[in-house]
Amino acid sequence: MGEVLVLVDEVDGTVKKSTTELLTAARRLGNPSAVWVGPGISDAAMATLGEFGATKVYVAGDADVAKHPVAPAAEVLAQLVAQVSPVAVLVPSTADGKEAAGRLAIRAGAGIITDAVDVTLDGDRVVATQSVFGGSTIVHSTVTHGVPVITVRGNAIAPEAAPVTATREDVSVSLSEAARKATITGHTAAVKGGRPELTEAQVVVSGGRGVGSAEGFSVIEALADTLGAAVGASRAATDAGWYPHQYQVGQTGKTVSPQLYIANGISGAIQHRAGMQTSKTIVVVNKDAEAPIFELADYGVVGDLFSVVPQLTQEIAKRSS
Amino acid sequence: MKVAVCVKQVPDTWAEKRLREADARLDRESADGVMNELDEYAVEEALQLIEANGGEVVVISMGPERASETVRKALSMGADAGIHVVDDTLGGSDAVATSAVIAKAIEGRGFDLVIFGSESTDARMSVVPAMVAERLGWAQLTFAQKVEISGGEVSIERVTENGFATVTAATPAVVSVVEKINEPRYPSFKGIMAAKKKPVESLTAAELGLDAATVGAAAAWSAVNDFAARPPKAAGTVVTDEGDGGVKVAEFLATQKFI
Ligand SMILES: Cc1cc2nc3c(=O)[nH]c(=O)nc-3n(C[C@H](O)[C@H](O)[C@H](O)COP(=O)(O)OP(=O)(O)OC[C@H]3O[C@@H](n4cnc5c(N)ncnc54)[C@H](O)[C@@H]3O)c2cc1C
Ligand SMILES: Nc1ncnc2c1ncn2[C@@H]1O[C@H](COP(=O)(O)O)[C@@H](O)[C@H]1O
Repeated sequence: MGEVLVLVDEVDGTVKKSTTELLTAARRLGNPSAVWVGPGISDAAMATLGEFGATKVYVAGDADVAKHPVAPAAEVLAQLVAQVSPVAVLVPSTADGKEAAGRLAIRAGAGIITDAVDVTLDGDRVVATQSVFGGSTIVHSTVTHGVPVITVRGNAIAPEAAPVTATREDVSVSLSEAARKATITGHTAAVKGGRPELTEAQVVVSGGRGVGSAEGFSVIEALADTLGAAVGASRAATDAGWYPHQYQVGQTGKTVSPQLYIANGISGAIQHRAGMQTSKTIVVVNKDAEAPIFELADYGVVGDLFSVVPQLTQEIAKRSS
Repeated sequence: MKVAVCVKQVPDTWAEKRLREADARLDRESADGVMNELDEYAVEEALQLIEANGGEVVVISMGPERASETVRKALSMGADAGIHVVDDTLGGSDAVATSAVIAKAIEGRGFDLVIFGSESTDARMSVVPAMVAERLGWAQLTFAQKVEISGGEVSIERVTENGFATVTAATPAVVSVVEKINEPRYPSFKGIMAAKKKPVESLTAAELGLDAATVGAAAAWSAVNDFAARPPKAAGTVVTDEGDGGVKVAEFLATQKFI
């Protein structure tokens, strides 16, 4: 069985859930090898990668790789593609991941498929499933030239453990001059709440312009907390400064696909739908019965969110006590 | 300063999109074509940079004959000149080929910056700007919510999963923008009239020095095997709050085993 390269997505040194999903998918295609691009990999990270079936972990730990955006990951992957001729390269469908995959495709002379929700092996062909046009069309595609470079959406594949002992292989990278041209000179991290990561959460509770103010978001957060959910927001809410931008759901925010999405005071503009339409179950609270978001609702309440949402929060608390 | 801005004509945002039965390509004829929304922000940013620093904005688009409407729109917003790559052999190009065409259209024309939207609403790949940077060997400064330029150095705030990063490079550079960056202007009547007289160069793939065998549907490096419309979701239940809306939602969540 050939190797399948999986680019690891990590935050502060911890392997993200999306990576465990990609490793799970990779096992259907061949032998997963994780690719870590960044200085220092912890034992805990090695253990997580092994737990989900990575037999090898390539570590490109040169300090320089973290100084430049995107290009280093593409170059490390291209180097490994030339070295091990993998069956496929799987990359998380984040902004960075897609861009790295794009650059890799050019460097490796390979076709690329983005935003796959599934990957399977058909004979020796890797087939990607995509859910396009807001989930209205299901497409099966293959890469017909070069190694298949596929980006895979978060929360689309259920992670399953398959423990092995991962062996570490250090990769020495020689970044091109072009990759060093853009330099990261600083990071401004938004304050992190104690809630689950938006793109990984099983339940997302979102608020829009109808929430009316930053203080108004406390009713959204209270509901989220009784459900162990992440909080999302529409662009109207992030633009108004009521909620930080990294919680924006939609075309230019995050794409989420939770089991349950609760939209409160959100009208359902196409750009918002683009980021949440594939949620499994959708609940809507909006005082305008004509709001287009109701078209997506499995269950909707026409009403004021400031009475419906707190009552819902209370009722859930009551039922779970 | 010379700035290129890449714009794509896409089906109207609200139009229902579908793939053609015959070749699994996006049916572009069935909907009005509009400038990809995020590219309006790219044009606006280019115009603002030129207004502040002096210079010229050249709009670049690859697409069928009618994509010239989108080039005109950018000109009527204030861009100075256009390049329209129009060639039947380019139909069905994938992102790999599109980036090759765009890179060729940029190369050798003395641009300091090329600005893209960060995603097209039809393909939704978000890869073309990075691919063009890779091809040109230029610095990649993408997903910008802020762009600053001074003395041959360009600096952006790159939106990340969790905040933003400051990224800096010497020009020439590839920039892509997100919608937080500005508020695109509407073309004025004067702008629309002026646009009619602005030069638009029409180029074929061959004129750009591209081998026809490397672009277009036949040369695409990925292929659709099959596709199917997913049956529309059954209509849900909608109730009006009569003082018990929250309790009703809780009941629904309980039947669905969420609580
Ligand atoms: C290039 C581009 C990119 C974009 N990207 C995104 C994106 O990523 N994500 C995104 O969300 N948007 C995006 N947008 C914006 C999008 O078009 C909409 O403007 C936005 O989603 C509207 O947010 P909203 O639904 O909260 O506000 P509105 O459309 O104003 O809707 C507010 C809703 O709240 C309801 N309401 C008001 N008060 C109450 C109350 N007390 N109780 C209950 N309901 C109430 C109203 O009936 C209304 O339906 C983008 C737009 C552009 C042009
Ligand atoms: N055919 C095209 N002509 C000009 N620019 C394009 C074209 N296709 C994509 N782009 C640019 O690349 C960006 C990202 O597109 P995509 O990678 O397809 O999501 C767009 O916002 C445009 O700026």
